[in-house]
Amino acid sequence: MAELVWLIPAFPLLGFLVLLLFGRRLGDPIAGYFAAGMVFASFVVAAAIYFDFLGKPEEDREEVVTLFSWLPVGELQVDLAFLADPLSIAMCLFVCGIGGLIHLFAIGYMQGDPKFSKFFLYLNLFVFSMTLLVLGENLLVTFLGWEGVGTCSYLLVSFWHTREEAATAGKKAFITNRVGDWGVMLAMFLAFATVGSLSYNALNDAAESGLMSGVAATGIAMLLLLGATGKSAQLPLYFWLPDAMAGPTPVSALIHAATMVTGGVFLLVRINPVITVAYDWVPTTIAYVGGITALFAATIALAQNDIKKVLAYSTVSQIGYMILAVGSGAYVAAIFHMITHASFKALLFLGAGSVIHGMHDEQDMHKMGGLRKYMPVTAACYIIGYLAIAGVPPFSGFWSKDEVLLYALADSVPLYLLGLIAAIITAFYMTRQVILVFFGEAKWESRANEAEAPEPEPTPQSVGAAVSDDPDEAAPDGGAVTTHGAHGEFKPHESPPVMLIPLVVLAFLAATAGVLNLPALFGIPTRSQLKLEEWLHPVIEFGEADIKSSWAYENEYLLVALAIACVAVGIGLAWLIYSQKRIKPWEPSFLANGWYYDSTIAKFMGGPGRAGFQAVADVDRLYDRHVVDGTAIGVRETAGQLRKGQTGNVRQYAGFIGLGALLILAWLVVFRGIL
Amino acid sequence: MILAADGASLGFPILTAIVVLPVIAAVLVLFTPRRNPEYAQLLAGAATVGTAALTIWLLSSFETGEAGFQFVSKQTWIEPWGISWHLGVDGISLFLVALTAFIFPLVIIGIDPEREHKSYLAWMLLLEAGVLGTFLSLDLFMFFLFFEIIIVPMYFLVAGWGHEEREYAATKFFLYTMFGSAFMLVGVVATAVIARNSLGYLTFDLIEIAEGANFATSTGRWLFFAFAIAFAVKVPIVPVHTWLPLSHTQAGHRSVILAGVLLKLGSYGLVRFGIYLFPEAAFWDFTRYLFLTLAVIGIIYGAIAATMQPDLKMLVAYSSVAHMGFIILGTFAFTEQGLTGATLQNVNHGVSTGALFLLVGWMYERQHTRMIADFNGIQTVAPIFAAGFMIVMLSSIGVPGLNGFVGEFLILLGSWDTARWWTIVGATGVILAALYLLWAYQRTFHGVPDEKSKTFPELKVREAAVLLPFIAVIVFTGVYPKPLLDRINPSVDALLEHVEERTDLVRPEPEISQEQLERAQIELEEEHGEEELSTEEGSDEGEDE
Repeated sequence: MAELVWLIPAFPLLGFLVLLLFGRRLGDPIAGYFAAGMVFASFVVAAAIYFDFLGKPEEDREEVVTLFSWLPVGELQVDLAFLADPLSIAMCLFVCGIGGLIHLFAIGYMQGDPKFSKFFLYLNLFVFSMTLLVLGENLLVTFLGWEGVGTCSYLLVSFWHTREEAATAGKKAFITNRVGDWGVMLAMFLAFATVGSLSYNALNDAAESGLMSGVAATGIAMLLLLGATGKSAQLPLYFWLPDAMAGPTPVSALIHAATMVTGGVFLLVRINPVITVAYDWVPTTIAYVGGITALFAATIALAQNDIKKVLAYSTVSQIGYMILAVGSGAYVAAIFHMITHASFKALLFLGAGSVIHGMHDEQDMHKMGGLRKYMPVTAACYIIGYLAIAGVPPFSGFWSKDEVLLYALADSVPLYLLGLIAAIITAFYMTRQVILVFFGEAKWESRANEAEAPEPEPTPQSVGAAVSDDPDEAAPDGGAVTTHGAHGEFKPHESPPVMLIPLVVLAFLAATAGVLNLPALFGIPTRSQLKLEEWLHPVIEFGEADIKSSWAYENEYLLVALAIACVAVGIGLAWLIYSQKRIKPWEPSFLANGWYYDSTIAKFMGGPGRAGFQAVADVDRLYDRHVVDGTAIGVRETAGQLRKGQTGNVRQYAGFIGLGALLILAWLVVFRGIL
Repeated sequence: MILAADGASLGFPILTAIVVLPVIAAVLVLFTPRRNPEYAQLLAGAATVGTAALTIWLLSSFETGEAGFQFVSKQTWIEPWGISWHLGVDGISLFLVALTAFIFPLVIIGIDPEREHKSYLAWMLLLEAGVLGTFLSLDLFMFFLFFEIIIVPMYFLVAGWGHEEREYAATKFFLYTMFGSAFMLVGVVATAVIARNSLGYLTFDLIEIAEGANFATSTGRWLFFAFAIAFAVKVPIVPVHTWLPLSHTQAGHRSVILAGVLLKLGSYGLVRFGIYLFPEAAFWDFTRYLFLTLAVIGIIYGAIAATMQPDLKMLVAYSSVAHMGFIILGTFAFTEQGLTGATLQNVNHGVSTGALFLLVGWMYERQHTRMIADFNGIQTVAPIFAAGFMIVMLSSIGVPGLNGFVGEFLILLGSWDTARWWTIVGATGVILAALYLLWAYQRTFHGVPDEKSKTFPELKVREAAVLLPFIAVIVFTGVYPKPLLDRINPSVDALLEHVEERTDLVRPEPEISQEQLERAQIELEEEHGEEELSTEEGSDEGEDE
């Protein structure tokens, strides 16, 4: 069965090719259903391989499928090959499963967009690349997918490219990611110089057997970490992700929450033996990058007003938890949190999309409120997602976050505190968001009279009202699409079923995904404990930290209680501030502006950076016009002067010859002493 | 190095035919009636297509896995001086010949010179013959002749059919190349004369000199640099690059040829007449580090200069400086991957940058401007044109799955072992490439089209027919480069062996050898087996409890 693993990327590739040739003819909505069907087909294949693996003993759950030799040059032999193992199949399951649901949602969301089929063309290309990323047998195939998802992200973020903000965000995402890709490329070179191969098996075996030196392992791990900070939006390269929210909301859900941004985490888990044999400070660095990012991004999220920006910073923060887990040796927890996060964050984004859709392209939370009455299904689903991310038991986020924190404490106390404080803030800002959007008084009723519109996303609006606005036309002034609200008859509406069904399914997953890896605590049947850990065991057994003897493990009850208390504090505070209005909100501008991190970089790039580049270009021009042309002109003028000597006067020439002869004679006599 | 002077042969002097066919056509074109330029066009088109067809035959009969020269044809020409008509092709030159033979018909068919068709086509055909001759010559004297012949049609093409500053550009191009050629002429003659001392007879034959002659260390180095200066100008290597942006912008559509083919004469020359002829001098630390450093400077400098160009053509021209820097980096890495990558990248750059120039040329045809600021929102009015531009641009950026990545990756991987710091700095070129191209794309294609850009016509059928082969090659080479690599690699391997025999070059080995790794893997598996057993027992006990 596992030898059919190539079918997983093949279906979305087929979808891409068909849509490339016939996309326009298939049109809206058939192209969308077709694309979604391709992704679900991949999901079915992945599920079949999963069940096939379940029936096999653990050591047989691995299959390398080679399609063809890709880069054969001397020692370097890179195949286009896939590795089906517990890790890659687990990744494929959630990528294709959640990806398919998001495709479905997008059919409703993108309805009426003139570039409808193109959107699904890109989406299928994205899923194809993402499956290559996770199924790669070697670093280069993963890199092919890695850059592929980056390219799709660029194409999809700038999908509505007539808005400058979207075009710029797409470009920024690509270039920032390239900085990380530079690290991944160097890591591949180092890996090849070390083991003469780019295959994961060779690398991991070299590490496990002790052949790989600590220096080489450290180099590879740190360079891949740089790549991971780019793709997974961690400090110092996180700043592209919030801007990437300028893309259509299904894109934010699929690429910038559930799948692509977890690519970095996946890569680090994939090479966990290398991280394990690297110097001790490597995992510590990884853990701190994750922990600090988790806290840093959470603080920013609590002062954002755009519904999607909150979720974007929250994504950065949650991936920080995964990286923290990787650094603490909790590889299972990293993947566990990745899966639960994929379900609840995709849910939240799609919910936000539904809200934006229903609010006719309003994204400012301060202009929402009371929406639960108008969008009951969306609200219910959103609240489930909220409970999951906030870490309320028994929703999924609680279990995975708890496991990350457990390993973090077993590693070191400061790491645990970073994660715990971030958890309080997470509960706080998510409560704030839910209250502002779904509870309290409706602030949108006064909106009809307001002139200023804060650059909302130009959703292709045509549900209810048959407005088939070309976003390309309407986009320059995004507010122009929202004509419905202009007459004071504005009323939020619930989304169509094709959008709500994925929401409901995701809500179910977000609520229950915790069962994947329930902890070994009292009251939980032994058979249901740690299922994911059991499944991933062959992949992570070398790197996974053993915490069984740590203080944290023995007192897990205490940690759980503390975590619940912290969540309660976060929720309670937000409730007092935003619902009861007992305390004045504290949303300082330095948090709203993201600690001025992004703006400082932008200022540098636009100021001294740009001036420096201009200086180089100017120097080149001056060099050409003065040095090069100067030399040429100099030669011409010298030649011109010399030419004046060529008078054609024979007597003059004879005179010069005589003079020369005399000089030579004199030189011979005086200096050489000949005579 | 094995000399396969009698490698593959077809009983037909195919290489001679490839070189001579365009020359005959060039002469015939001059006799076509002036009133009917279409006759001249038909003739030129047929000749270039014929050459391309011959090249397809060449590609299909080329012996894969053979390192030496194939289809060799050798006729004594000037006996007392040991000069002969000596042509041959190996993995290093094969795809450059193919690139040349495929680009010319596309340019001749795809682009209308608008005036004086006859002389234009004659010059183009002569140029093609010159380029093919240069790539195929195995005789120093013939190589020099072909190398120099190229300057003449190129000068007239730039000066006759170029843009506003064409005279200035053509003169600059001419002076720059003549400056390099002067050194090369001295080098060619001196090499043959000095080689006579160790060979015992006078010959200009490349293989005989490279395999048999011994040069004193310092003599070899002087001679190497005499050649290298000429090649450095052609590539161009910073700081002798300033003719390139100007010639590109002024050359009109000929810039496709310029970027696609002419620059490769330099990088090809450095391999064939630099490394092969003077291995000691090329591998000498001073030379190596000089070229590596200039290469990396070129990558960064070219990319930065490209970013700030207001003129699209200038931008692509400077990006060429950066891309050629990669090729030089790979060449002087002296590893199999580096040199194979450099050879492949020669072709890749020809295809991608050639296609970019083609697209920019069409943009100029439409709006009569090359300024980035004069375009906006083209993607809305001409989505197919934009999609074509996007694919070519991604190839130039080096996105995996497209051809540019394969070359760049091999180059950087190959140079990691022998020139680590140069690689680390050079690899940042991939970030900069994304910066200048995406920024330019955003300013021209994204956004809302203004009045002028609204009338931008969509890609025409004829244009699409020209662009499609480029895109096909871009995708094919990116996905399945094996057929190319399998043909390039043996010749590169043999060249490195040639260098190894004459210098203390040692090819890098991985830190952990294949055998070590395999042994360790077997041990690990055994260990796992035992562990499995013990854990199973352990878990059984656990369940019993």
